[in-house]
This record gives sequence, structure tokens and C-alpha cells, in this order.
Amino acid sequence: MHFRKIKEFIIERAIFLSGIMSIIFVALIFTFLLKEGFSIFWHVPISDFLLAKNWYPISDPPQFGILPLIIGSVLVTLGAAVISVPIGISSAIFIAEIAPRKIKDIMKTGIELLADIPSVIIGFIGMVTLGPLIKDLFGLSTGLTALTGSITLAFMAMPTIISIAEDAITAVPRQYREAAIAMGATKWQTTWRIVAYAARPGMLAAIMLGIGRVIGETMAVMMVTGNAALIPHSILQPVRTLTATVAAEMGESVQGGDHYAALFAIGIVLFVITFLINGIADLYLHRKRK
Amino acid sequence: MNVQTEQKIAFSILFLCTALVVIPVLIIIVTIFIKGVGALNISFLFEMPAKGMTAGGIFPAILGTLYLVLGAVLFAVPLGVMSAIYLVEYSRDNFLSRIVKLAIVNLAGVPSVVYGLFGLGVFVLFFGFGASILSGSLTLGIMILPVIITASREALESVPQSFRIVSLSLGASKWQTIRHSVLPHALPGILTGTILGLGRAAGETAPILFTVATFYLPRLPQSVFDQTMALPYHLYVISTQVPGIPEVTRYGTALVLLLLVLLLNLTAIILRYKFRRRKKW
Repeated sequence: MHFRKIKEFIIERAIFLSGIMSIIFVALIFTFLLKEGFSIFWHVPISDFLLAKNWYPISDPPQFGILPLIIGSVLVTLGAAVISVPIGISSAIFIAEIAPRKIKDIMKTGIELLADIPSVIIGFIGMVTLGPLIKDLFGLSTGLTALTGSITLAFMAMPTIISIAEDAITAVPRQYREAAIAMGATKWQTTWRIVAYAARPGMLAAIMLGIGRVIGETMAVMMVTGNAALIPHSILQPVRTLTATVAAEMGESVQGGDHYAALFAIGIVLFVITFLINGIADLYLHRKRK
Repeated sequence: MNVQTEQKIAFSILFLCTALVVIPVLIIIVTIFIKGVGALNISFLFEMPAKGMTAGGIFPAILGTLYLVLGAVLFAVPLGVMSAIYLVEYSRDNFLSRIVKLAIVNLAGVPSVVYGLFGLGVFVLFFGFGASILSGSLTLGIMILPVIITASREALESVPQSFRIVSLSLGASKWQTIRHSVLPHALPGILTGTILGLGRAAGETAPILFTVATFYLPRLPQSVFDQTMALPYHLYVISTQVPGIPEVTRYGTALVLLLLVLLLNLTAIILRYKFRRRKKW
């Protein structure tokens, strides 16, 4: 009897510890990024790190300005958003409201498949099919550009956008639709002016989470954007994103050196950006439920 | 414009948008299959690479990926399930549980390359595991934790409240109730989440870049402290870093990885479907 109580006490402590483990991991991730990366800010002020125009980490003296990388990430992300938001929201509306049962199942399976394909495979396909296509289409010297990255990443954002937006649309109460139809609105008018309108907070969260996915995406973007750490003048030039820089350069940096610390500092920037995006998106989703 | 025509045009546009998402998926899968299936044979799957990757097989990469995902699941499943038990069975709707949920959302949103940095900082350097299967598995394990917690939570929440009440009213303790009346019914759902986590871990590249992956090893890994080759990293390297790899080898590697991931996900979907149909309550 006593033994059982002790055993259960231990188990319940372990469960509590596991429960708060997620908080501990988030805190640990941030702590270790700071621990390894903060030393760069003794040499390079934060404002210079974020706003200086040159990323020459291995020249002498090295220059650690991540502005070209930030612009690269923003350009690719904006491009991907311009493509994936209208298409994704339209698909979500179609799947949730309009598609007959059978077509709905097929479409949903297709979109789940897309979410399952590893990013390295999407990057590979983008590199061997989309790259040459863009090269020929615009008569460029290389097909690995910001635009190629935007299109590729749009496909990685869409499963997130569609599934969360679809949930939001499905969650709109039936009465809204019935009332609109009873007033003589067509199915389309109901869908567009009533249901889609009511689902706006959830759709906004869906878009934010999709964008969060794009900013953090690493392998596919590294394979298709051409990796030139320069400030681009058009979407048809190669760029390098924050994530791709970390992935590509960590292997050649010296542990404990400035370059190494700068890459961890980029990790801090990425962590803060995605933390904010996910936090705000969660607020929207949470508010909706009340 | 007539409202009926307007509706027809609108529906057509929405349908085209959906097709625009789904059709490329089919094209990607069919392309990889057609161009890669020629590479698939026993020696490609079960032999060591030879002649600078241009000949031989990808066995060490397949084996390495299996080791890594197994390690990740061994770490993440107990932790994830207990975490879900805490959230569903023990926690009240208070500030702490709100923060835990927010942390899970954020863990799911952390970029994969940041997990790589974290794994490098904590497991490779701080704990001194070096670039090893252990470091890579733990990094992947933390990355799939949100998947497992979310699936386990749903599974636990789907067990009717009456099961708990009956068990408690018969004099069972809280833990006995969870262990014998709740967990067994949540098991299929937890298993589904585990397999989804496996699929996710198998396809990730960025978290293993600095924690375990290596392009070539002359022998198979002997312990958890060895580096290993891995399928996604292998595909990345042979398609971007090494010239002169035959096209069929690249597509073949992509196909093996794709089949592995899709097979895992398919298993999860079938399990979920069967479980839903068999539910007694």
C-alpha cells in the first residue's frame, strides 16, 4: 500500500516534469543560441549587425552585416506569400464549402501529401525542373533566383494555410449560412460575404503560420535560390536567406570564432521572428474560440 | 452581371486554384517515380556506395536514417505522452497550462535549422556527445515532440469522461485510472502520432546537418557515438555538391526517401481510419 503511494508520487512528479518540458526546451533553445551567439555583439554592435550591407564573414577583416540576408529572406517570403495566400485561401474555401464529398477527399489527400514531402525533395525538384524553366523563360544566366525560391516555398506554405483556413471556415456556425440563404443570397454570396468574412481571424492566423513556415524553411530554399549574399535588385537575381546562410556556412566556421558566433546570432534573429509570428497567430486562434 | 453567372465564374476560379495546388503534387510524385524507379534494385538498396557515389548503393544512408528516427522516437514518445497526460489529466486551465501550450506551439514553429544550431550547442558541444547518432536523434526528438504531444492529447481527450469517473468511483487512484482505463483506449491515437513523428523525422535535413550527418563513411556506424550517413542529407549532397552523379541515382535516392516517408504517413492514416471505425463509444 505504502509502496504504491510512493510509486504514484514519483510517476506524477515525472508527468508534471514532462508537462513543463516544452517550456524548458523553448527556454533552452533561446539560452544556447544566446550563449553561443551573443559574443558577436561585443565586436559588432547590434544595429550594425542588422543593418550593415556587407556579409563577408571570411574576408580580412570580416564584415558581418546581415541586411542582404534579411532582404533575401523578406523578398523570397513576400514572393511566396503573394503566390500562396490567394491560392491557398481560395483552395480552403473551395474544399470547405463548395467541393462535393468525393472531390473534397481527393483534394485533401493531395494537400496532405504535399505537406508530407520532405523539403529536400521539394528543393531537388525545384532545382531540376523549375530552375531551368525560369532560366529559359526570362533568358537568365542562372535559373536559381529569388523567384524560383518564392514559387518553391509557396508550395510549402500552402498545406499550412489551407488546412488551418479550412478549419476556420468549417467552424463558422451553420446558422450564419442558413440565415443568408433564407434571405435570398446565392451560395456564392453566402460563402464570400458571410462565411469567409466570419472566418477572417482564423484565415489571418493561417496566413501568418504559412509565412512562419516559409521564413524558417531551410533546405529547399538553399537549393533553389542560388545563394548569393548580395542585396538583390530584382526578383530574378540569386539571393541568400538567413536560414540558408546558417546551413551552408556552419560547416566551414571555426567553433568559438566570430563567424561561428555570427551564425548563432542569425539563429537568434530567426528564433525571435518565428516566436513572434507563432505567438501572434496563436492569440488570433485562441481569441476566435472564445 | 447575373448572380448565377457570377457564382459559376467564382466557383470555377476556386476550383482552378485548388487544382493548381494538387496537380503539381501529383506531377512531383509521378516524376520522381518514373525517373527513379530504374535505380531501384537489390544492390542499390543493400550495398555500400562505390566509386565516389557514382556506383554501388545507398544502404548506409538508409540504415542511418532508420537509426536516427528510431532514436528520436525512443526519446520523444515517452516524454511526449507524459506531457500530454499532464495537459489532459492533471493540469487545470490556468496560467501555467496556457504557457505550456504556447511553448508547444512555438516548438512546432522553430525553424529546422535553429534546431540544428541548438543540437550543435547542447548535445554536440555542451554534453560532449560530438557529431553522433545520439546528438542527431535527440535533436530530431525535440523537433518532433510537438507532433507527438498534439496527437497524444487528441487521443486522450477522445476517451470519454465516464471511463474515468467509473474507475475513480470503484476506488482506483488517479494514476491507476489513467494507466488502466484511459491509456489503453488512447493507444491507437498515440501510435498514429508516433508514426507521423517518424515520417517527419525521416525527411528532415537541417537538424542533422551539424549534429550527425556525414557524406561518406567507409563502414557502418558501430555505436550511438558514431556519425552516420542519412538519406535526406545524402540527396542534398549528391544533388548540389557533387558533380557527375548519374541522374537516375539522384532520382532513385529521392524515390527511396519519398517512399519511406509516404509509407509511414500512409500507415498512420490507415491506423487512424481503422481506429475511428472500431470505436465502441
